[in-house]
Amino acid sequence: MARWPELIGRRRAARNESADALPPGAAASDAAVLLDVFPEPLLLLDGVIVLVANDAARQLFGAYLDGEDVRLAIRHPQATALLSGTREGPVAIGGLGNPDRRWEMAVTTLADGRRLVRLEDRSSAQAGERMRTDFVANASHELRTPLSALIGFIETLEDANGADEGPIRARFLGIMGTEARRMQHLIDDLMSLSRIEADRFVAPRDAIDLAALARIACAEIEGGGKAGGRIRCTLEAPQAMVHGDRAQLLQLLHNVIGNALKYGRPGSEVAVSVATADGNVIVAVRDEGEGIPAELIPRLTERFYRVDPGRSRSLGGTGLGLAIVKHVVERHRGRLDITSVVGTGTTLTVTLPLALIP
Amino acid sequence: MAMATGHILKSFDEDLAELRALVAQMGGLAEEAIDGAIAALANRDTEAAAAIVEGDRTLDRLEAELERQVVRLIALRAPLADDLREILAALKIAGVIERIGDYAKNIAKRVPLLLDSRGIEPLSILPAMARATAEMVHDALDAFAARDPDAALKVCAQDRVVDDFYNSLFRALLTYMMENPHTISASTHLLFIAKNLERIGDHATNIAEMVHFAATGEQVAERGRGADTLAPVAA
Repeated sequence: MARWPELIGRRRAARNESADALPPGAAASDAAVLLDVFPEPLLLLDGVIVLVANDAARQLFGAYLDGEDVRLAIRHPQATALLSGTREGPVAIGGLGNPDRRWEMAVTTLADGRRLVRLEDRSSAQAGERMRTDFVANASHELRTPLSALIGFIETLEDANGADEGPIRARFLGIMGTEARRMQHLIDDLMSLSRIEADRFVAPRDAIDLAALARIACAEIEGGGKAGGRIRCTLEAPQAMVHGDRAQLLQLLHNVIGNALKYGRPGSEVAVSVATADGNVIVAVRDEGEGIPAELIPRLTERFYRVDPGRSRSLGGTGLGLAIVKHVVERHRGRLDITSVVGTGTTLTVTLPLALIP
Repeated sequence: MAMATGHILKSFDEDLAELRALVAQMGGLAEEAIDGAIAALANRDTEAAAAIVEGDRTLDRLEAELERQVVRLIALRAPLADDLREILAALKIAGVIERIGDYAKNIAKRVPLLLDSRGIEPLSILPAMARATAEMVHDALDAFAARDPDAALKVCAQDRVVDDFYNSLFRALLTYMMENPHTISASTHLLFIAKNLERIGDHATNIAEMVHFAATGEQVAERGRGADTLAPVAA
C-alpha cells in the first residue's frame, strides 16, 4: 500500500529541492500540523494528487488518502468539474460519508501552485430549511391522527346505541378521551413553543431559585402518580438563583424529567441534581435507558423529531418536548447538553448563568 | 500488497493513478444518475429526467477513453501480478459502471410515462429502495478508492436488503394491479424500475467482488442467494 505515498514523497522532494532550500518534506509536514488544527476536512493538492489530508478529512474518507488522486475520494461530478477548472466558485455536493450530509466544496490555489480543497458541512443549514417546510406538514399530521380516531369512534358510537352495548360505549369514550387529551397537549405545546419564541429577545428578569423549583417539579411529578418513587432529587446547592421565567423553567423541568421517566427502563432510577459551579447553575437529569446514538443527538431538539416514532407516540409524547426545552434554555441565555451512552442511559444537562442578587 | 515501492518507470504509476481516477469519476456520474433519476421520478420532473438520459453519453465516452488507456497500458508496459489485476479490475468495473448508468437512464426514460401515477401506493417504497441501492454503489466505489477488501465484502452483504425490497415491491405491485386493473401500465413501469434498481444492486456487488479480487488476488466465494422470486410457489 505504501507505494503511492512514497513515490509522491520522492517526486515532491525532488521538486522542493530544485525550487528552494527547504529540507525535503518539511513544508508538507508543517502543513500537516497546521491543517490538523481545523475542524473541517481540508486537502492540500499537488495537481490532483493529495499531498496532505488533515484529521477531519481522514476521518471522513478513511486513511488511504495521502498520495492518491483526489478524484477517487470526491467523485461528485460537480466536484470533478471544479477540480479540473471547468467550473468556478464553491459547489454544493452530497454523498461524502453519510448520504444525508451536504457539503460545500471550495478550491483555493496557493501562491506556490498547490491547491487547498475545503469542505464545509452544510447539513445543518439544509436540515433547518427542510425543517421549516416540514413543520406545517408534521403539525397537521400530528393533529389529524387523533382527530381521525375521534371521528371514527364517534361514527361507531352512533351505531352502538343498544342497551347491552354499555361496556363498548365506555371503552370507546375512554379512547376518545385519551385522543382528545393528546390533541390538547399538542396544541398546548405548540402554543407554548410559539410564546417562548415570541419572547426570545426579552431576557427574563424574575429571580427564581432553581433548587426550590426542582424540588417542586419532582414533588409535582411524584404527586401525579406516574413516577412511582423513581426520582432521586439531589440538591447540592441549598439555593441556586437565576434570572428566569418561573412558568417556563417549571415546564422545562417537567419535560426533561418526564422524558427521563418515559425513556428510562421501567423501575430504574432518574437522578435529578442541581449544583452551582463557576457562576453557573447546573441542572442535570440522568436516566438509565437505552441511550441514543451519538449521530442522532443533534436532531433531538428538532420539532416532531423522534428517535423511535412508534414508541414515543405510544408513550404519549407530542414530539415537541425537547424543542420547548431548547427554546426555554436559549431564552435564559443558557446551554443545553445531551450526552448518551447506548445501552447505559442519557444525561441531559442545562447550564444557566447564576444571578447576582444582592 | 506485494509492492512496497513505486515502479522504476514513474509514468507507469501516474498512468495507473489516472486510470483509477477515471473509474472513480465514472462512478461519481453513475451515483448522481441514480439519485437524479429517482428524484425526477418522485418530483415528476421530465426536464431533469431528460438531462439524465442525455448525461449518460458522458459515461459512455469515459468508458471508451478508459478502454483505450487500458489497451495502451497493457501493450506498452506488459503489467504483471497485482498491476495486471488492478488494470483488469479497472476495466471490468468501468464496464459495470457503464451498465449502472444505463439502468439509471432507463429509469429516467420512464418518468414521462408515469406523470399520472401519483396515487399508486407502492411508489412510496421506491425512494427507500433507491437509497439502499445508491448506498451500495457508493460503498463499493469507496472500497475501490481505499482498496479495502473488507469494505468490499460488506457491500456484498448489503445486496440482501435490496433483494428484499424488490421482492416486497413485486408482491405489492402485483396485488395493486389485481385490485386496480386500470393502473396496470403504470404499475408495470414501476416494476421495471424496481427491477432496474435490483440489477444496479447486483452490479454494485460485482464491483465489490472485483475490488476484493484486485486487492487480495482471491475471488469472493459464491454467496448464498436470498429467496428466489422465480421459484415456483408451493400451493
